Amino acid sequence: MSEGYSFAYLDAATKRMIRRALLKALAVPGYQVPFASREMPMPYGWGTGGVQVTAACLIPEDVLKVIDQGADDTTNAVSIRRFFERTAGVATTTRTTEASVIQTRHRIPEAALTERQILVYQVPIPEPLRFLEPREAETRRMHALADYGLMHVKLYEDIARHGAIATSYAYPVLVEGRYVMDPSPIPKFDNPKLSGCPAIQLFGAGREARIHALPPYTRVVSLDFEDHPFVPSKADAACDLCGAEASYLDEVITDDAGGRMFCCSDTDFCAGRCAAGHAGRLSEGRA
Amino acid sequence: MEMHALSGGFADPAIEAAHAFRAALDAMARPGRINRLSGACPPAPLSPAAGALLLTLCDDTTPLFLAAALLTPALVDWIAFHTAAPLCPPEEALFALGRWEDLPLDQFRIGTPDYPDRSVTLIVEMAALTPPNARLRGPGIETHQDARLPAIAPFTANRARFPLGFDCYFCAAEGVTALPRSTRVEAF
Repeated sequence: MSEGYSFAYLDAATKRMIRRALLKALAVPGYQVPFASREMPMPYGWGTGGVQVTAACLIPEDVLKVIDQGADDTTNAVSIRRFFERTAGVATTTRTTEASVIQTRHRIPEAALTERQILVYQVPIPEPLRFLEPREAETRRMHALADYGLMHVKLYEDIARHGAIATSYAYPVLVEGRYVMDPSPIPKFDNPKLSGCPAIQLFGAGREARIHALPPYTRVVSLDFEDHPFVPSKADAACDLCGAEASYLDEVITDDAGGRMFCCSDTDFCAGRCAAGHAGRLSEGRA
Repeated sequence: MEMHALSGGFADPAIEAAHAFRAALDAMARPGRINRLSGACPPAPLSPAAGALLLTLCDDTTPLFLAAALLTPALVDWIAFHTAAPLCPPEEALFALGRWEDLPLDQFRIGTPDYPDRSVTLIVEMAALTPPNARLRGPGIETHQDARLPAIAPFTANRARFPLGFDCYFCAAEGVTALPRSTRVEAF
């Protein structure tokens, strides 16, 4: 841990402010609590909200994992992990099962989470109604009245135009039958994992200065219609590295001739399966 | 100001506040489950758990209501020195501290429909957090959780006006439990 930093970077008054917002967010699941978001030593869009929430929650004994679209080895994940190594002196890991705090951008890990874990989401636009109604005063009133007809109209228009609900990420959910929430742009494949999760789920939006939360075992339902039920979709393929058929896949272009491969978005999950002897289409010794 | 008002805070504020907050976060996320909150030594009659909550969450931006029984010079000085939280009437409080029977429930802020977060957090001093007398259900609880509450009816009423309402911490010695407004409460 570097000298000269307050533990986990933020000053004491800022941490108290964020902590108070986190507690109110847990008390009213799905409601977006405004907070006095600070400038962080990284640009907006790089996880300033998640970093502030993580900083407010960390204890020295924590083991931190940071993922970006499921990957531990991307620039964003590496730099945030290093940031907390320097400013909080916490241990870091890439193993989902070993982590006590997991900061994530746009994925929920494939491995089931446990009661001793906290999942911190980086959120770009926390307001699910923002692209339907740009005025903050209006969306706030719509949440107050639980007036979510507009969201159902949007999903209906998807069906009218495409024959199915075309929203594939940031798919809106209803929390405990009260607040409609944007689950940050996770793929809708991950939506079922939001509900009944044993871990605490915290969402931080730095630029938009909002925090929301899901306590463990909260009921979270993806919005849908009786005749067009919600379907958590993924690419119709298996991972070319580990052969997993049930994990969320990234599509990777491999040459200029239309060649492509699919691989697990969750790198830890994929590496764990490869180490356990599973193999896919392009595994060494097969391709 | 007496000298003892200067002692009894966190020895290592950043680290101990982080530990205390994690316990407070876990308590609020899992209503009714008992967590340990230590590190603070406030003057009697305040419990160490309630003292740790004040040190972790209160500062000069959070008006605090103190029940009359707690308005002793020793405690008022301790709170002023360690948190700088301004004391206020119940209508303005973001935090309120006292025994259940000393808190004027109908005067606290419960938030507004637009901003339900602008509501009081009650820090309630209890004789003990056991034996349980209530069954809790709701967010944070897998099936049900049994807990000790100072009453039942006020919490049923508090749940009925969700998303408005107050949120509670219950403290006894170094033990703490929480009851957010989202929890459904029934006696057993």
